[in-house]
Amino acid sequence: MADNPTPHLDENTAAPEAKPKKTGVKRRAFLVGSALLIGGGAFGLYLAENSVRSRAKALTEAGGGHNFLTWMKIAEDDTVTVYSPHIDFGQGSHTALGQMLADELDADWTKVVVEQAPADSAFANTALVTSFLGEMTGMPGVINALPAPVVGMLTRTQNIQITGGSSAVRFTGQMGMRVVGAAVRLALIEEAAARLGVPAGELVTANSAVTHTASGRSLRYGELAAGAAERSLDGSPTLKDPKDFKLIGTGVPRGDIPAKVDGSAVYGIDFTMPGMRVATIAAAPVRGGKLVAVDEAPALAVKGVEKVVKLDDAVVVIAKGYWQASKGLAALNPEFSDGGNADVSTASIYAAQDALRKAGQPTNEAGEGDVDAAFKAAGDKLISAEYRVPFLHHAMMEPFAITGHFTEGKLHLWGGLQDPLGARDRAAKAAGLTMDEVVFHPMIMGGGFGRRFPGVTEILDQIGPLAKQVPYPVKLIWSREEEVRHGTYRPQSSARLSAALDGDGKITAWRADYVQSDNAEGETTFIYDVPATSRRHFEYQSNQIDGPWRSVNSTQIGFYNESFMDELAAAAGEDPYRFRRKHLPQGSRHLAVLDAVAARAGWDNPLPEGSGRGIAIVESFGTIVAEVVEVAMNPDGTPKVVKAFAVVDCGTVVNPLNAEAQISGGLIMGLSSALGEAITLEKGAVVQSNFTDYPLIKLADAPPAVDVHFLNSGAKMGGIGEPGVPPASPALANAIAAASGQRIRTLPILAQAKA
Amino acid sequence: MAISFKVNGNDVSVEAEADTPLLWVLREDLALTGTKFGCGVAACGACSVHVEGQITRSCSVPVSAVAGKAITTIEGLRGADGTLHAVQQAWIAAQVPQCGYCQSGQIMAATALINAVGTPNDAQIDAAMTNICRCGTYPRIRQAILAATGQAAKATNAGAA
Repeated sequence: MADNPTPHLDENTAAPEAKPKKTGVKRRAFLVGSALLIGGGAFGLYLAENSVRSRAKALTEAGGGHNFLTWMKIAEDDTVTVYSPHIDFGQGSHTALGQMLADELDADWTKVVVEQAPADSAFANTALVTSFLGEMTGMPGVINALPAPVVGMLTRTQNIQITGGSSAVRFTGQMGMRVVGAAVRLALIEEAAARLGVPAGELVTANSAVTHTASGRSLRYGELAAGAAERSLDGSPTLKDPKDFKLIGTGVPRGDIPAKVDGSAVYGIDFTMPGMRVATIAAAPVRGGKLVAVDEAPALAVKGVEKVVKLDDAVVVIAKGYWQASKGLAALNPEFSDGGNADVSTASIYAAQDALRKAGQPTNEAGEGDVDAAFKAAGDKLISAEYRVPFLHHAMMEPFAITGHFTEGKLHLWGGLQDPLGARDRAAKAAGLTMDEVVFHPMIMGGGFGRRFPGVTEILDQIGPLAKQVPYPVKLIWSREEEVRHGTYRPQSSARLSAALDGDGKITAWRADYVQSDNAEGETTFIYDVPATSRRHFEYQSNQIDGPWRSVNSTQIGFYNESFMDELAAAAGEDPYRFRRKHLPQGSRHLAVLDAVAARAGWDNPLPEGSGRGIAIVESFGTIVAEVVEVAMNPDGTPKVVKAFAVVDCGTVVNPLNAEAQISGGLIMGLSSALGEAITLEKGAVVQSNFTDYPLIKLADAPPAVDVHFLNSGAKMGGIGEPGVPPASPALANAIAAASGQRIRTLPILAQAKA
Repeated sequence: MAISFKVNGNDVSVEAEADTPLLWVLREDLALTGTKFGCGVAACGACSVHVEGQITRSCSVPVSAVAGKAITTIEGLRGADGTLHAVQQAWIAAQVPQCGYCQSGQIMAATALINAVGTPNDAQIDAAMTNICRCGTYPRIRQAILAATGQAAKATNAGAA
């Protein structure tokens, strides 16, 4: 619980011991620091202290307009600018957040602009932190322990401005944007009432104007902004009834798309400035290793190369351009130590995990009922299976690239990261600067999927020391090989699941023993109605840095649970869909989602020989997703995914076009990982190097269409960016079992199918 | 050495080592950053451009090999009057991009396919569209290609699965 939100990885990877070591990077815990956990949290409107307000005003009002609550600004021409603390890397959160604020504000959507909030502590995302606090502790009851301004202060102290946990819309949107929009609307009405000399109750708002219906007089928001910005705001305004939504629930097009189809969007790797040089890097191949020695001469002999820089665990070549830097780096023959990790391999990790699990001393345990007693009574109706999943690479299409310029005592950084504020903090520490001496300029990102959290972003440790050694701006680009070999992967993990069945084919007890770095309890919900359950986490840390990978622990836990449900169905001699049905409560949201996906997929329609359907349902990030995957087996034993269906209950859909894209993309990413992806280790180092040996799914192997359907249950809003991923891999494995009889218990699939 | 060629209809001459990949000349010497670096080994297609109308992964073609040739990048797809190419318009209508990083290459691959076969069927789309998209936008890529070639009805059917 004392984990720093932006831990210094060096402290943890420097240890020479060969034995597994805790990195200190808790993949969820970095979201909230110790102060917050002690302090508790609060929902509601964050009413900024005066000092913060004045800084936010200074940062946003330079071009005119009036700032409200740091989150938004209204200009004289009625333009509403919404400041998002979340990065939009294509998940559409900027558009969705804008929709939510503008809907409550009754703003004219054609005059709404969503911008990335400055990487300043005035824009730390309070709603996110307080919400995750409730979610993580499972105690929403504590949320009113502290007044909102205090929580805001704590958040800023922690420098959190994160995008992750499928959080933007459900937390920042629900508890931030909508509340701000509603409160500002009331202030605009009050201002109009004063100006028009009529009671506020006689005024209505629409299309960025306040109108006195009786007299027909109207004032535009732009005219009212200056006065309204000086008024005190209602801390708990009444939000719209969903039936009155005008923007929420509509598929407005995303504002960032045109620039992404004409080549004009400027990503971090595209940044340039006069005098800038380009650098590339090679870090110790074995995690934990250090740079021992390097002869710089061969690189310096390459035309265009200007300098070789030695870092603690890496060597960097700076040149006029990337190609020269890359040639210079290839010419070097650096000597690295292995940090005592030379014996680590994929096989050694699985062996150590098995031994740890068999020793029977779980680190964390959750569940209810007496599983052991039920197992004893079960006799031969006790079923067990073991599963293994490999390290997964994020494979964001834009490799890491950050430009640094150290000038006049300040380090300026340009790049794309999931937490601009946290990026400043980490870069400052690595460069021996204070946070005020680091200026971060957030840019568009070519994917993230969890890789761009500052907590796992070593490039921030590299860029400061590099920029401080040269008088010019320098753009550090990681090659794809560097990217693949030095990832912060979804952890290699293994599990043994056991369950007892009664004479009616009902599960009487369930145990999941899983071995990996993180305790997944509270993250992936166990949804089935089973009298006795036991979920035991055996904590294991390899020499790798485990990072959050889209949907975090829910990919592997979802694979374990939903593969095993099919195995139990087979043991009970039942259809996998109906077997799940009878373990879900009547009238539950889960059952509705499961039934809907089975109906859409035509679950009972016969398929030709060699084809099969698989079903899986996982709740993660507050959203329930069931998926059906249909495969036809190729003659070589590999599966061809023919169709895919997803039914989603995330409570309320803000932007259906975008939500559909997130679920569809998540499902395809899940299929990709299950089919072919694996990072393996030999002699402590990553074996794979590029897309040639870390294959991602391509268009021809993806389903031609993904049928995505939403059940608008109106329940508490869940996330949308991540929950589409977890059901995909078990649904695929279950489909293969249905089609071929082969039960996949180890991922990836293709490695076995062709063997 | 000085190497001359045509980019998006303009004559250019650059001073570069002969082995420099076309990608880096486009990005760093000519400031055409719409063409992206993804893998450096012609495996992902983010760097796709047209060389004499042929789809080409520019990270793996030395600039010396394109001397005297005509290259089109994503920035050069617009018509002379500034209107977006029909494929780009279809991409917006279908809201294809998520992170967007691979989309320049996807659009260059799609336009090359359409230039070559006119009205591609699903099998031709499967065979030609080999660029990687980590966001998994493939269904909408297919839908946009079909829509851009007057096969919108087919695209709608595909969407309904």
